Amino acid sequence: MIEALIGFTFAAALLVLLAPNAWAGRLAFALSLLPFAGSLYLWSGFESAGNALTGGEIAYATQIEWLEVGGRTVSWFVGVDGISLPLVVLTTFLVPLAIVSAWTPIDDRQSQFYGLMLFMEANLLGVFTALDFFLWFVFWEAVLVPMYFLIGIWGGPRRKYAAIKFFVYTNAASLLMFIGFMSLTFALGDSASSFALPEITGAIADGGLGSWFGIAPGTIAMGAFLAMFLGFAVKVPIVPFHTWLPDAHVEAPTPVSVLLAGVLLKMGTYALLRFNFTMLPDQASALAIPIAAIAVISVIYGAMLALAQKDLKRIVAYSSVSSMGYVILGLIAFTEYGVGGATFQMVAHGLISGLMFMAVGVIYNATHTRMVGDMSGMADRMPVAVGILVAGAFGYMGLPLMAGFAGEFFIFVGSFAAPALPYAPIFTALAMFGIVIVAGYLLSAMQSTLFGPYELETDYEVGPAPFHDVAPLAVLLVAIIVLGVAPDIFFEMIRDAAVPVVEGVTLNG
Amino acid sequence: MVNTLPQIAALLPVFLLAFTGLALLLVDTISPDARSNTSMAVVGALGSLAALAASVWLVVSGTGSGDTGGAITLFAEAIKVDTLALFFTAIFASVTALVVVAAHDYFHDHKSPAAFYSLTLFAATGMGLLAAANSLAVVFVALEMVSLPSYVLVAYLKRDRGSVEAGMKYFLVGALSSAIFLFGISLVYAATGSLLFGGVAEGIGSLDGLAGVAGLGIVMIIGGVAYKTASVPFHFWAPEAYEGAPAPVSAFLSSASKAAGFVVAFRLFTEAFPVGASLAAGIDWVLAFGILAAVTMTLGNFAAAVQEEVKRMLAYSSIGHAGYVLIGVAALSQDGGANGAVMGAAMAHLLVYGFMNTGAFLFVAMAERWGVGRTFEDYAGLARRAPVASTAMAVFMFSLAGLPPFAGFFSKYFLFMGAIDNGFLWLAAFGAVNSVVSLYYYSRVVKALFIDDPASSSSLDAIDVRPTGLYAAVVFAAVATVLLLPGFGPVIETAEAAASALF
Repeated sequence: MIEALIGFTFAAALLVLLAPNAWAGRLAFALSLLPFAGSLYLWSGFESAGNALTGGEIAYATQIEWLEVGGRTVSWFVGVDGISLPLVVLTTFLVPLAIVSAWTPIDDRQSQFYGLMLFMEANLLGVFTALDFFLWFVFWEAVLVPMYFLIGIWGGPRRKYAAIKFFVYTNAASLLMFIGFMSLTFALGDSASSFALPEITGAIADGGLGSWFGIAPGTIAMGAFLAMFLGFAVKVPIVPFHTWLPDAHVEAPTPVSVLLAGVLLKMGTYALLRFNFTMLPDQASALAIPIAAIAVISVIYGAMLALAQKDLKRIVAYSSVSSMGYVILGLIAFTEYGVGGATFQMVAHGLISGLMFMAVGVIYNATHTRMVGDMSGMADRMPVAVGILVAGAFGYMGLPLMAGFAGEFFIFVGSFAAPALPYAPIFTALAMFGIVIVAGYLLSAMQSTLFGPYELETDYEVGPAPFHDVAPLAVLLVAIIVLGVAPDIFFEMIRDAAVPVVEGVTLNG
Repeated sequence: MVNTLPQIAALLPVFLLAFTGLALLLVDTISPDARSNTSMAVVGALGSLAALAASVWLVVSGTGSGDTGGAITLFAEAIKVDTLALFFTAIFASVTALVVVAAHDYFHDHKSPAAFYSLTLFAATGMGLLAAANSLAVVFVALEMVSLPSYVLVAYLKRDRGSVEAGMKYFLVGALSSAIFLFGISLVYAATGSLLFGGVAEGIGSLDGLAGVAGLGIVMIIGGVAYKTASVPFHFWAPEAYEGAPAPVSAFLSSASKAAGFVVAFRLFTEAFPVGASLAAGIDWVLAFGILAAVTMTLGNFAAAVQEEVKRMLAYSSIGHAGYVLIGVAALSQDGGANGAVMGAAMAHLLVYGFMNTGAFLFVAMAERWGVGRTFEDYAGLARRAPVASTAMAVFMFSLAGLPPFAGFFSKYFLFMGAIDNGFLWLAAFGAVNSVVSLYYYSRVVKALFIDDPASSSSLDAIDVRPTGLYAAVVFAAVATVLLLPGFGPVIETAEAAASALF
């Protein structure tokens, strides 16, 4: 079933690549609805039963042997559990919306643009469903290639720099992570006969790590944890590895920013949860204080940086750094609500940041500026788009009954009384302070650009945004509210999959 | 069915190559009016495809493998056909097919292209023989059979000063290294009293104070191998020859001819100079190859990073890849459990490399055909006018760099893993660091093609033709590079089985 989903998306990408530019966007939208329908079908038949890595039931699993290396089998092994399914749904939901939001700004080489978007979607689905390390890594790296072109070809004035920086940063990080994981498999020796993640997780939990090249198992596990953590930290990104993100976001065209913030950053947190926190929980809890500290620093520092920006896109980009800090804090808390809330926040942030980037993009389409000082009173000219932007901003600030509130609330509940994390209340309180800064910069930016008397020098009339620009915003807003009112539609399955992760650390630690 | 054929049928792919070459020459001589570029190219391509099909069929049916009674020896053991020989013949035949198809467009206005096609096929015949050689004498003869047509091919554009100069340099270095190689053979013969690989191996086991002579001979043979594979210290001809030669010839030399050099190395250093016996005699060629591998890959990659011309960059990158493949010999150990794995991985890398590197050079051939220039800047914005070919080039570049969505990732990964399993962590580390460096210069090409804007609005007007043959060859190579990722399983299994049979 999942292979049909991924395969169809690849085929759709090829089809769109060959389509004429004139209607490539329409075709891509129509085709991208099918993967969404497919993921809804997966969801409808899903019964949550534990975590895929710790022996829980894997839904829609397929395992076909691919090849053998050094006595270990590599296989096409895909499946979903309560953690990956919400992210699959998020991906297939955001891509059609991002494609529609590209209709206005993308006016060059359209078929290549939409083809690459769908190609990226296919690989993202692979990242979230692959349960074999090699398969996962192939998809993980394959996401970079379309992203590189999407930023490099259709980006802003400094697109070349941003694309190369993105490519180099994330590739170097991938190499580090790859080496870290490989050292684990070497240390496992004969205890694992494949690269299947459940088997490796089980082998590590059973104490299968041996020494390799004379290095003690504990050292290897810690070294692997650090290498993988640093590798994923770049992707998330966590301060101080975040510098590629604002460049990439500012230069990327709006629809690409939507996917970058909405889904690509979640690759990092998803991988952290799967590899670092599920496979090596003891190492994670041993490093609880430093990890919680950089999580809180990401929250505060990211928010402070956002406060200092004048470019609306940069503001949203830095606030993503801040939001990802909450996710890390939730993960390191190692409680049901912490890990579950972190996963929930991935989905919630995906929707909210997608909405914010899209709304900024709609304003930019009309004004061709994103600078806070350049315009004011946009609410007069674009009432609907601005209204949704304001609603989204409140969602970002954690207004109750919106998805952001649920995610952050779960995280704080989980991290405040986390038994595995010393000084948990202090870390939580500091992180909560971040919300105040978020409110500060979002409100002040909105006040000066959206409200007050209309002011913007253009030689054309700025009017309301076209329907197909606003419609995706409205859809996203509805989704955010639905998820905020009824978080259980995802949180229930997330919690089922998060509990074994939490038990992994309390049993061992 | 294979078993019922006479044993000589095991050489069918080589015969097919030789026969096609002769047929082309014959038509060209007897009936010069009947010849046309297209018909010549079609015959050449069909011949090499037939050779490819024959070798794949023989591999699949298990000819020469341990399952069907072991290697087939012919002509008083001078020739030995096993899976290794057939595997490499498949590489040679597929590269030849790609090059012949591409040459059709490259030489579209040439008067006598028949000579080109027949010379290419004769060189491929020599390579096929080289893969099946079981005697030092056959190795030398086959090596010359590869080299002599190659010299002519490099200088094929006889009115082009660059091409002639490249041919001259290639010939001088080639003559020198042939002499060194031959002298090495004579020293080994003097020390061991045999030219057959098996006899040499026995002789190495009982040298009686002649270890110095044999050792010197082996060092000289390493020199000959280094020349053919464009490795340090005999690498310096490669950038000159590849740059000056017509691009299809560069593709042929850097893919097929390099693989031919490696098949010699793989055979000689397993069957004639086995690790155990050589180390016991005090001849540590493993270390020599280790140093050569590390130096070759580092030099190739760092030199490639500073080039301004794409073709020259590819030339240095092919030196870098020779360094990676050398790991297949350098990471052998006396009782290493992964000897077959690491050499098999090197073979698989050569196969993947055969497609991605040939494809990259053929893209350069296409650019030369268009006349857009040679530097990275000249390639700027080509993707706007030639999206399909540029996409294929991006596939080659990312695959050469070893990025995961393409076959180059697996072949490199298996190679480095094999080295680590055999205890050569340092070689794998060298390889990994070099791979990271290589991403820099490979991505420069992709950036130029897709992201940079053309130098001027008229600079793309040169792209006024769609050479069918070149397009077909480039697209086919790209598809193969992609499909070898999911299909890597059978390739690596065959290669590992073939390599393991040598130990």
